Amino acid sequence: MKDRLEALKVEAIGKINESQDLKDLQAVKVAYLGKKGPITEVLKGMGKLSAEERPVIGAYANEVRDSIQKELDKKQIELEHAAISEKLAKESLDVSLPGRPVKKGNPHPLTAVVTEIEDLFLSMGFTIAEGPEVETDYYNFEALNLPKGHPARDMQDSFFITEDILLRTQTSPVQARTMEKHEGQGPVKIISPGKVYRRDNDDATHSHQFMQIEGLVVDKNVRLSDLKGVLETFAKKMFGEDRKIRLRPSFFPFTEPSVEMDISCFKCSGKGCSICKQTGWIEILGAGMVHPNVLEMAGFDSKKYTGFAFGMGPERIAMLKYGIDDIRHFYANDIRFLKQFKNA
Amino acid sequence: MLISYNWLKEYVNIKISPSELADRITKSGIEVEMVESLNKGISGVVVGYVQECIQHPNADKLRVCKVDIGQGEVSQIVCGAPNVAQGQKVAVAVPGAVLPGNFKIKKAKLRGEESHGMICSLQELGVDTKLVPKEYATGIFVMPSDAEPGSDALEFLNLNDHVLELGLTPNRADCLNVIGVAYEVAAILEEEVKLPNTSITTTEEKAEDFISVSIESFEDNPYYGAMIIRDVKIGHSPLWMQNRLMASGIRPINNIVDITNYVLLEYGQPLHAFDYNRLGSKEIVVRRAAEGEHIQTLDDQDRTLKDTHLVITNGTDPIAVAGVMGGATSEVQSDTTNVLLEAAYFASGRVRTASKDLGLRSEASSRYEKGIDRNRVFAAAMRAAGLMAELAGGKVAEGIVEAGKREVNTYSVKMDVSRMNGLLGTNITAEQTGVVFNRLGFSYKETDGHFEVVVPSRRPDITIEADLIEEVGRIYGYDRIPTTYLLSEARPGGLTENQAKRRNIRNYLEGAGLYQAVTYALTTPAKSAHFSFSGEEVYPISVAHPMSEERSTLRMSLLPQLLEVLQYNRNRSMEDLAIYEMGSVFINRQEVLTDLPEEYVFVSGAVTGVFNEHLWQGERKTVDFFVLKGILEGLLDELNLSERITYEAGEIENMHPGRTAIVKLDGISVGFVGQLHPALQKELDLKDTYVFELNATSLLEKETDQMVYQTLPRYPSITRDIALVVDQELPAGDLTTVIQAAGGVLLKEVNLFDLYEGEKMEEGKKSLAFSLKYFDPERTLTDEEVVTAHDRVLKSLEERFGAQLRK
Repeated sequence: MKDRLEALKVEAIGKINESQDLKDLQAVKVAYLGKKGPITEVLKGMGKLSAEERPVIGAYANEVRDSIQKELDKKQIELEHAAISEKLAKESLDVSLPGRPVKKGNPHPLTAVVTEIEDLFLSMGFTIAEGPEVETDYYNFEALNLPKGHPARDMQDSFFITEDILLRTQTSPVQARTMEKHEGQGPVKIISPGKVYRRDNDDATHSHQFMQIEGLVVDKNVRLSDLKGVLETFAKKMFGEDRKIRLRPSFFPFTEPSVEMDISCFKCSGKGCSICKQTGWIEILGAGMVHPNVLEMAGFDSKKYTGFAFGMGPERIAMLKYGIDDIRHFYANDIRFLKQFKNA
Repeated sequence: MLISYNWLKEYVNIKISPSELADRITKSGIEVEMVESLNKGISGVVVGYVQECIQHPNADKLRVCKVDIGQGEVSQIVCGAPNVAQGQKVAVAVPGAVLPGNFKIKKAKLRGEESHGMICSLQELGVDTKLVPKEYATGIFVMPSDAEPGSDALEFLNLNDHVLELGLTPNRADCLNVIGVAYEVAAILEEEVKLPNTSITTTEEKAEDFISVSIESFEDNPYYGAMIIRDVKIGHSPLWMQNRLMASGIRPINNIVDITNYVLLEYGQPLHAFDYNRLGSKEIVVRRAAEGEHIQTLDDQDRTLKDTHLVITNGTDPIAVAGVMGGATSEVQSDTTNVLLEAAYFASGRVRTASKDLGLRSEASSRYEKGIDRNRVFAAAMRAAGLMAELAGGKVAEGIVEAGKREVNTYSVKMDVSRMNGLLGTNITAEQTGVVFNRLGFSYKETDGHFEVVVPSRRPDITIEADLIEEVGRIYGYDRIPTTYLLSEARPGGLTENQAKRRNIRNYLEGAGLYQAVTYALTTPAKSAHFSFSGEEVYPISVAHPMSEERSTLRMSLLPQLLEVLQYNRNRSMEDLAIYEMGSVFINRQEVLTDLPEEYVFVSGAVTGVFNEHLWQGERKTVDFFVLKGILEGLLDELNLSERITYEAGEIENMHPGRTAIVKLDGISVGFVGQLHPALQKELDLKDTYVFELNATSLLEKETDQMVYQTLPRYPSITRDIALVVDQELPAGDLTTVIQAAGGVLLKEVNLFDLYEGEKMEEGKKSLAFSLKYFDPERTLTDEEVVTAHDRVLKSLEERFGAQLRK
């Protein structure tokens, strides 16, 4: 009987090894270990054995069963792995195919520049002040030391709606309004970005609508040297750490002294190139110490308070930064233009 | 302002080059916009003497000249200029010479005659045609007879000079003349100013015997002086004067007119020369013009005057518009012998008004407008009279006939050194300050750092302490001011909640696939009113003097401009577009605009063509209503407003009547979303285009709830699906509202997951399927509780809408 069992074991293991798939294996399992299988048959004949032989054969039969089961398990794992591999092989993708695009737009380059400047000044403790784009003559001009008939009004040709209402020509009226709200108490520390309008013919360098960002600080002991410090921080952040700045005397009716700020050319580092018109310097913004008349008109005591103000054009800064050659691009909104600023 | 470097050197010692000088002037406050060399690449041009000039044998329009070009050398030159003649001194470009534009002169044969060079016109030497004296405009320039043949013609013509173009700000009208610039340069270079000689010799005749002067209003005309110069001979002014005028952008005319222009450039004082014999009287009366009065000006135009204009009259008729232009009747002509020289101070407002109304801007008017040096009027008159005697052989009658005050008193301004240092952030000493004032030519008194500075009359821009501080600062040098940081206490900066939310809106829309556009606020009157959803009476706001109708009226919606952007891109073959803009619109409810209009920030979007695509997977989905509505829903959720928002079918001008929803916040309209009206789409040549517009100002002014954390559910939820058959017109939103109301507190979510309107449905019916999620955060729900709530829902639906469960 033992021989018979031994033969069955060899036969079963042989069949197991021949199995090609899990189905074959299942058939082998049923065939040898099932209730009607040959081992069960053999065990049914145990009754005829002597009392001494019975436990020996019984133990051997269990051993054979276990061996077959072990082989079955082993083969099962093997076949399952093979099946998974085969399945995965069939599932493989061409990973070089393009992925599913995620819809994404981006800010307009002017917004990108304005936001960058806003964030810089916010980090320096400024807040953002806003005001109407349709303004009164008073806030746009008179409160800024530009009375009616002042020759400096010629510097800005304005879109008047009525005699006293116009499209603001600068964001400075926001400064006047903000100072007024402070009722003579400092500190004031704001920037005011926004759209402004001037009666210009649109061409490559002029636009009847454009943006401005102005800044204003009013407090006790505000000095021109502080303005220099703020502007230098701005220039380095916007145009690179190794930028130098230069202040040149200038004139604006609402500041005295007035200055213009140049930065050392970021293209040629001051050697002279087409961007800086061979001068090594690029004009970036106008600034100055707030004119005592402007302070007084807004309710500040100019003996106690001083302040500085500055103003710049985001279009100009964007044009310089990105090498844009025509201001009209900003307002045409050609999608091929807009899409270029996805990382701006 | 154009300033000749050579001319400037006459009044102040300059040892540096024109470009170095330009740099120094720029750094000290007056921007030199350009340094232009008058020599535009010329070499090899000499003075020649035309010994002989005969007709070219083979060409009617050519002459063959024998020209002495110095050192006994005589060249044959063929010349085509009509005015060439024997005995002239001319500019000759000899073979090997180079003219502007790198034009090289070679020996040539012209119609069979040898030509060794070229006799030049001023234009050929690079002078602008409009500056060339009229008689030489179409021919060669004839030089004075004392020019030595063979010598450098450029020296004679002052073409080795450089011109500095100053960009003057309105406060520096003092530099609208060479002497004014000389003061500025002297301060920068620490040099002295040398003024021209204004002493004159007069005859025994007295000017007052020839003319009387009276002024109607000293406010309009504070001072008028008249001098009489007799027996002048009209002719050319000397070449040096012509050269300086041309370098300064003024065309030479004749000696008398040139002298008035020359002194204008030199002193900044406008002068006018009348032909005394043509005045028509012996008196000058300065008065306002009568309304509608006429004058024929020098340019032969008939001008109609207003009573806001100031005129010079001969007692009856106007002979000049004060400070603007002289009259034709009293113009200096070639036969003029006696000259009345006017040197006056007119109020800038009068000159500005007349100049603006008549459209006449001249060198004189622009100087009066910006303000001249009152105390220089007399000196300028003396200077001009002296030159008329010297250069036109005139005899100056004694005295100046005047009305008004010749000079005004100067004033002083106080300045404190410590306040100056406080404003500039410097440590400039009183001594250094005094040095700067000396350099500027300002006299002062000083005690313990308190300055009292007498402001020279040429600098009326200096009126307050800050003006003096600027003067010291700029001459001391802004590059010497240190860099410091604000002393004030640190306060947090940061965006307001409203500003932060506007940034969120932008970020959200860009994340949703829309590109930001920035368009013009001015549009056409017609477009300004499009897409109005306020529903009330509004009046368009137009600017008084638009540049064009296209840009004349303020927008009330962002959409017309966004549609223009779509069109612009479509015309360039870009048809799949998704854009948005955030910007102000302007609403005016006043028939006559007296108060500022209302301004709102709107956020609007426009999408056309394919919105989602993944080509190789065959996905290509064009935009539809629900794409835009989805974007809007997400946006309003971002703003924490979605639960207060409803969408109602509605009609908006230019929108598809069946595919437009009015967006309401707490029941009040705040915008809309939908498809453009097909007729408008066709007109604009756009494919199906969907747009939205929201009043962001209204949205953002609403208070929203603070975010509060909700405990995560610990008990399971129970979901029940229902499919309902309802009337086809019934909005799904109405069903959702009723389900939510009837479901009670346990119903936490309602989601529409199927819509069927196909042929399997009874006519006029549709099927909608909802998934309802019930749960209680405190405990596990029982079946009974859910059944009760769910039955309530079904009952309400049946009662309200006759909704049946779909079988």
